[in-house]
Amino acid sequence: MATLDSKIPSGPLAEKWRKHKTEIKLVNPANKRKYEVIVVGAGLAGSSAASSLADLGYKVKCFVFHDSPRRAHSIAAQGGINAAKNYQNDGDSVHRLFYDTLKGGDYRAREANVHRLAEVSVNIIDQCVAQGVPFAREYGGLLANRSFGGAQVSRTFYARGQTGQQLLLGAYSALSRMVGAGAVDLHTNSEMLDLVVVGGQAKGVIIRNLVTGEITRHSADAVILATGGYGNVFNLSTYARGSNATAIWRAYKRGACMANPCYTQIHPTCIPVSGDYQSKLTLMSESLRNDGRIWAPKKAGDTRAPAAIPESERDYYLERLYPSFGNLAPRDIASRAAKRVCDEGRGVGSTGLGVYLDFADAIKRLGEPAVRERYGNLFDIYHEITAESAYKAPMRIYPAVHYTMGGLWVDYNLMSNIPGLFVLGEANFSDHGANRLGASALMQGLADGYFVIPYTIGDYLAGQKPGSRPAAEAPEFQQAEANVRGQTTRFLATKGKQPVSHFHKKLGKIMWDRCGMARTKAGLEAALQEIPALREEFNASVNVPGSADTLNQSLEQAGRVADFLDLGELMCRDALTREESCGGHFREEHQYPDGECKRDDEKFGHVAAWEYQGEGKTPVRNTEALNYEFTKMSVRNYK
Amino acid sequence: MVAASTLKTFSVTLRVWRQAGPAATGAFVDYPAKDISPDMSFLEMLDVVNDELTAKGIEPIAFAHDCREGICGTCSCTINGKPHGPGKGIATCQTYMRSFNDGDTIVVEPFRARAFPVVKDLVTDRAAFDKIQQSGGFITARAGSAPDANALPIPKGDADLAMDAAQCIGCGACVAACKNASAMLFVSAKVGHLGLLPQGQAERDRRVLAMVNTMDTLGFGSCTNQYECSAACPKLISHDFIARMNRDYLTASLRSAFKPAPANTGGGAA
Ligand SMILES: Cc1cc2nc3c(=O)[nH]c(=O)nc-3n(C[C@H](O)[C@H](O)[C@H](O)COP(=O)(O)OP(=O)(O)OC[C@H]3O[C@@H](n4cnc5c(N)ncnc54)[C@H](O)[C@@H]3O)c2cc1C
Ligand code: SF4
Ligand code: FES
Repeated sequence: MATLDSKIPSGPLAEKWRKHKTEIKLVNPANKRKYEVIVVGAGLAGSSAASSLADLGYKVKCFVFHDSPRRAHSIAAQGGINAAKNYQNDGDSVHRLFYDTLKGGDYRAREANVHRLAEVSVNIIDQCVAQGVPFAREYGGLLANRSFGGAQVSRTFYARGQTGQQLLLGAYSALSRMVGAGAVDLHTNSEMLDLVVVGGQAKGVIIRNLVTGEITRHSADAVILATGGYGNVFNLSTYARGSNATAIWRAYKRGACMANPCYTQIHPTCIPVSGDYQSKLTLMSESLRNDGRIWAPKKAGDTRAPAAIPESERDYYLERLYPSFGNLAPRDIASRAAKRVCDEGRGVGSTGLGVYLDFADAIKRLGEPAVRERYGNLFDIYHEITAESAYKAPMRIYPAVHYTMGGLWVDYNLMSNIPGLFVLGEANFSDHGANRLGASALMQGLADGYFVIPYTIGDYLAGQKPGSRPAAEAPEFQQAEANVRGQTTRFLATKGKQPVSHFHKKLGKIMWDRCGMARTKAGLEAALQEIPALREEFNASVNVPGSADTLNQSLEQAGRVADFLDLGELMCRDALTREESCGGHFREEHQYPDGECKRDDEKFGHVAAWEYQGEGKTPVRNTEALNYEFTKMSVRNYK
Repeated sequence: MVAASTLKTFSVTLRVWRQAGPAATGAFVDYPAKDISPDMSFLEMLDVVNDELTAKGIEPIAFAHDCREGICGTCSCTINGKPHGPGKGIATCQTYMRSFNDGDTIVVEPFRARAFPVVKDLVTDRAAFDKIQQSGGFITARAGSAPDANALPIPKGDADLAMDAAQCIGCGACVAACKNASAMLFVSAKVGHLGLLPQGQAERDRRVLAMVNTMDTLGFGSCTNQYECSAACPKLISHDFIARMNRDYLTASLRSAFKPAPANTGGGAA
């Protein structure tokens, strides 16, 4: 059994991080260049980490499967990034951001981690502005803010509807500077396909060059995974098509524990599915809920055009159910409310799986130009996809998979249970509990990369003798490489009947039906039969054309879908075992009469960290108790 | 814009550039795309065609894509001679089949430019853009040393204009659209974004000199003010930024003629 020591420092909550920074071991500047660190991923978390570590003097090698670091999925974040600056003087503070995030996560995150996140949030904004991130400003020249779900203050910084893009380009410019200076050795089109563990410690990776097919071994003193989330298990999601779980899944198979895999976030405001050819779902940023009002017809089966439905026959259900948060209720709550409305037959659009997000009042109040200034690009996206104008008629929206709170287990230093393996950003499980609040993933990614890992990696490296990293010829590297080659050969040799996409779609449907917005014991048990059966079919009849020594997108996809099949099964297992509802994990058996989540803190006030036991064996479920020293785990109330 | 299709589903012929690898010679090959819904995106149509090709034992068409919502800059097809296709201000992935009509033959090629060699089929290598960025497309700001974000108010107009430039998605359509394969719009967008902000002043001269010089050495052509670039740009980045960069470059060159500054210094721990 893995030992899960969270290494949370002692002392008062607000002092822990400061104290920890003064107590952890440091690597002296002259020694830093003797350590080599591998960073896999260059989204917000990876590029901020790689550039900061290189700036400190470490030798950094960075791998991304994209053709450029600037294409990481972080680029797509729209709405904004939270920080406890209190520039609006509306009562915000580090403590309030901490509390909102912890409560938003339905009390399933660690207090100490969340507090640290809130503390460094203020430095992130400073850092980004210094890099030239063009955040929105007021006429006086100061930074502007907007509100996001689950908060009653205005603490979200944004750059039009492209906040993630601007933050990533900031981090990318920092990374580019270090690449230009020769301090980061950047490898694009390079996919990590295995983790190499030597003597119980993470010491390297196996990389496949996606363009040439070449497979190489890379040894290092420590390995950082910043490879993003795994929402594409569901096939349809708001993620980029290429986002995948391969890096974390292969690390899991090497012994890293996978924490709370069932915690997934379903975002309430996405453009509904239009057909079975659909490849992705497009998010309509949560920021729209600042001014848009969500409603559905009161009557089931009402097919009138929205304009023909009089005010008195509309149900602004979020405003009705959650008067104090209204349209800004947290995501999990807003998504389930939309699902219920549609389950009652009150959904809109041709599929009946949709509700309205209406800007008519905002346009009346602010005028169309002001609405255009705030949300113009989102309205444009909506128009491109649906050929409808949201200035004239309400948007149709429906929930879609958007984020994964689960991920590899890490301690307070962001190190997994495999010493030397660090996990940052969405790939880890650390800060969002069972539900992430809007605008806090960008915050976490940059916190991890700019402000946490530069300190905490030293604590591990100081214990490693400089120059002691193994040679890439070590048997562990050879074995891992053989493992990768074996899989590639198997895929190409199967020569079955079905394209990879066939299996991905089928898996996605199982996951959405059984492990989506509402989960039941029976459904999850069924999924645990269906997924292994689908895996067998995949192994027997997948068709991967082409060869291994050129760009082969089918081959890339085959590896990713194979991992999704395994991970999907683990998610269902985790969801089945967690006999409670919390945040994004909603078990129909566990709810209050009003349909809200019913947690069981006594039995499940813990992190579940799954440990791989080998092919075909049931994994072991380890737990880390969540000890709340400063906050009371209470029932979330947004009414 | 092309008229929206009125048919429920329709069929087109794809004339696609197939090229097995960087050194191989390529050629156009025709494939039918049947029962296409007008609500499909162009890339979803390619997905469907690729699954059919796979079933027939033909290697699917390699094409670059990721976010499929116009922000990552990965997708890069020239459709009927236009980089990113018929729509204005959108990327390939935001092109929907309702822009085409039943019976159309749609010609699909990779972005063509000397500095963007073809990797396979519709995929090109745009690493040259990264190299330009690495030579100077940044403001040096070490984590931990930044002053308070509101210590430096920036007039909204400047911030907005910087943001207009900063929206570049690095797709390369501007290069593909230019008959000289010039990268001026891309480079000027970055130079403009950083140069408009007070934080960007310290490195302003060095940045423009380094980025332009790197661009020149990577095989991009020169700008002859035809502005095909901004017409093809999915973010409609204005060619005014090119004029702005030319001024910056001139000033910086003059200044550096008197006081030579090393153009390519990343700083940090090299
Ligand atoms: C549409 C959308 C909008 C969003 N909006 C917001 C928002 O407004 N505010 C907010 O806070 N959050 C938002 N989020 C969430 C947020 O964007 C992500 O959680 C965050 O950006 C993830 O960053 P990351 O650095 O962890 O990973 P990513 O940005 O996903 O980066 C992953 C990196 O890892 C690399 N990689 C992955 N696997 C491998 C491998 N095997 N080998 C090599 N490289 C690999 C990739 O190339 C990439 O560089 C949004 C998410 C979506 C989907
Ligand atoms: S300037 Fe426009 S066309 Fe050129 S790379 Fe940027 S977004 Fe693409
Ligand atoms: S796929 Fe990202 S911009 Fe088109």
